[in-house]
Amino acid sequence: MMIQQQTKTDDGAFYFALAVGGLISAIGIAAALYMEIMGHQVSGMNNQIFWGLPHVFGIFLIVAASGVLNVASIGSVFGKKAYKPRGPLSGLLAIVLLAAGLAIIMLDLGRADRVIIAATHVNLTSVFGWNMILYPVFFGLVGLYIWTLMDRSKNQYSKTVGTAAFIWRLVMTTGTGSIFGFIIARQAYQSAILAPMFIILSFAWGLAIFLVVQEIMYARSKMELHPQLRARMKNLLGVFIGAALYFVAVYHLTNVYYAKQFEFTHFILVSGGVFPLLFWGGFVLLGSVVPLFLLYAPGFSANKGSVTAASYLTVAGGLCLLFVFIIGGQAYPMDMFPGMQVTSSFFDGKIDSYMPSLPEILLSVGGFAIAFTMTLVGVRVLRFMPQDDVAKLQSAGYLHD
Amino acid sequence: MTEPNDKSRRGFLGAAAVGAAGLGVAAIAPGLHLIEVSQASAPGKGASSKVRWGMLIDTTKCASDCNACVKACNSENGISEVLKDPRQASQWIRKIDLKDAKSGITHSLPMMCQHCEHPPCVDVCPTHASMKRADGIVLVDRHTCIGCRYCMLACPYKARSFVHMTLTEQNPEVPRGQGCVESCTFCVHRVDKGQIPACVEACANAEHNAMLFGDLNDPNSAIAQRIAEVKTTQVRADLKLNVGVRYQGI
Repeated sequence: MMIQQQTKTDDGAFYFALAVGGLISAIGIAAALYMEIMGHQVSGMNNQIFWGLPHVFGIFLIVAASGVLNVASIGSVFGKKAYKPRGPLSGLLAIVLLAAGLAIIMLDLGRADRVIIAATHVNLTSVFGWNMILYPVFFGLVGLYIWTLMDRSKNQYSKTVGTAAFIWRLVMTTGTGSIFGFIIARQAYQSAILAPMFIILSFAWGLAIFLVVQEIMYARSKMELHPQLRARMKNLLGVFIGAALYFVAVYHLTNVYYAKQFEFTHFILVSGGVFPLLFWGGFVLLGSVVPLFLLYAPGFSANKGSVTAASYLTVAGGLCLLFVFIIGGQAYPMDMFPGMQVTSSFFDGKIDSYMPSLPEILLSVGGFAIAFTMTLVGVRVLRFMPQDDVAKLQSAGYLHD
Repeated sequence: MTEPNDKSRRGFLGAAAVGAAGLGVAAIAPGLHLIEVSQASAPGKGASSKVRWGMLIDTTKCASDCNACVKACNSENGISEVLKDPRQASQWIRKIDLKDAKSGITHSLPMMCQHCEHPPCVDVCPTHASMKRADGIVLVDRHTCIGCRYCMLACPYKARSFVHMTLTEQNPEVPRGQGCVESCTFCVHRVDKGQIPACVEACANAEHNAMLFGDLNDPNSAIAQRIAEVKTTQVRADLKLNVGVRYQGI
């Protein structure tokens, strides 16, 4: 089998998918506009839990955007030939996921109409302020990277630009972890481990999304991914899921060790109702243990469906983890007066609850739809389909008969 | 705006402010008053770094069933909106009741923006909307706040509120706005006119006199002298934010 040729996909299916993606995106944007006009009183957020579902989805996409670029980096920075044909798609997804994640976060702003101020009044002591530099440069670098990967005359620069993009994405996700890592006020955050933890999480979430998109593209083009290539990538996903689990475990173990953090950790992991449920059931079991089983258990691991299911579950587990981390971290009251029972009209000392409203759900889902629609258009107009020269890979020792 | 003033000006403003409020000013020592009248600012001048406005709250005088400071704050700052979910309502100042889990001893105290010397909200604000004036008052610029709520995540005192609805009936001197974050301003519009914050005035009117406002940098001010005399507490002193609001009795 030599290079597989991408067959022209069905026009009708493309336009149908485009219409559905566009419609859900438009509904999401309309929901944000509704919140903008009515105020956030129509959201489930309040003055205790002020970052809600849109932040969970938005931050997930931003973290995954950085991670999905790993696929390109492994190919052109670390020289793994099996990943090289996947570089352009990896770059496209990085741009698309970051754009969609930012769209959610920006549309949820109290004054989304003033978003330009974020660029004209940058405060460099703020991690959000850093993002005004980190994100545009990431877009630029990845755009350049895709160019060097897709234009043969510019291939020689791909390693240099790819290395710059690789380093930049590590810095960018360090920034995302530091959004929380530098928060001294709350028990859930202020931990140096959050920056590397978010980097590891990005590896797993980004690769999971890449594998899902790749399988869909192959299926739509009636192409078949070489099983050994799938096996390589699913093993990598397994390693990333395991590493993510390890970092999350260390984060919680650290908190258990600190006496002042114990009660918060008990809340998140044991007594906090929906939060322990989503942590153990969502992130640990469905988002980590089951995917690892599907990726490694004999009888499952070689199966295309198992790898795709494991990827979907990794994404779902990631959303559960962020829900617990972001919402749970706010729901637990701040310990302003240690050793005291605290009550007030502002719900001090009380564990808060959060139920996302319909506009928030629509905005969050709309963000995913924006990513879907942009990817759909991207792969339609340019050659992002990973196409493997199997004979070459075999001769290079990457594949075996 | 706030500059050291000559004695006659200070005296006049003091008398005017106290008189206007109808306060009975309790002298606790010769030349030392329970309620210290603020130094007024000269029009057109910026806040002075020579001044550090602060507040001392004597929790032993704060009555659990008294809400005068909260009502005065709401009235002064035009916080009158009613939201279906009370958790979405703005609270610039709130009363907190404390009970020691072991001894059972109770305290009541008002909690608001602590006007930190090193405010985390200012550090994290992406647009410089959260800012600290030279005289230590921490404010939000209503024109550059984009409503990201990062400052709310960063504030250790839960002192900030996000405006969840369109507002009407605002006090022209205290602009507020939907989609922005806000918090106690120490009634900066009053302080710049040489008056004391509305909550402090109301506390005195209720005859509790639990709140003392003044210049922490002025060794002759009542607040500075009291802080030098009695043991005071900074809430979350472990964070070393050097707050402008001190508590006595907890």
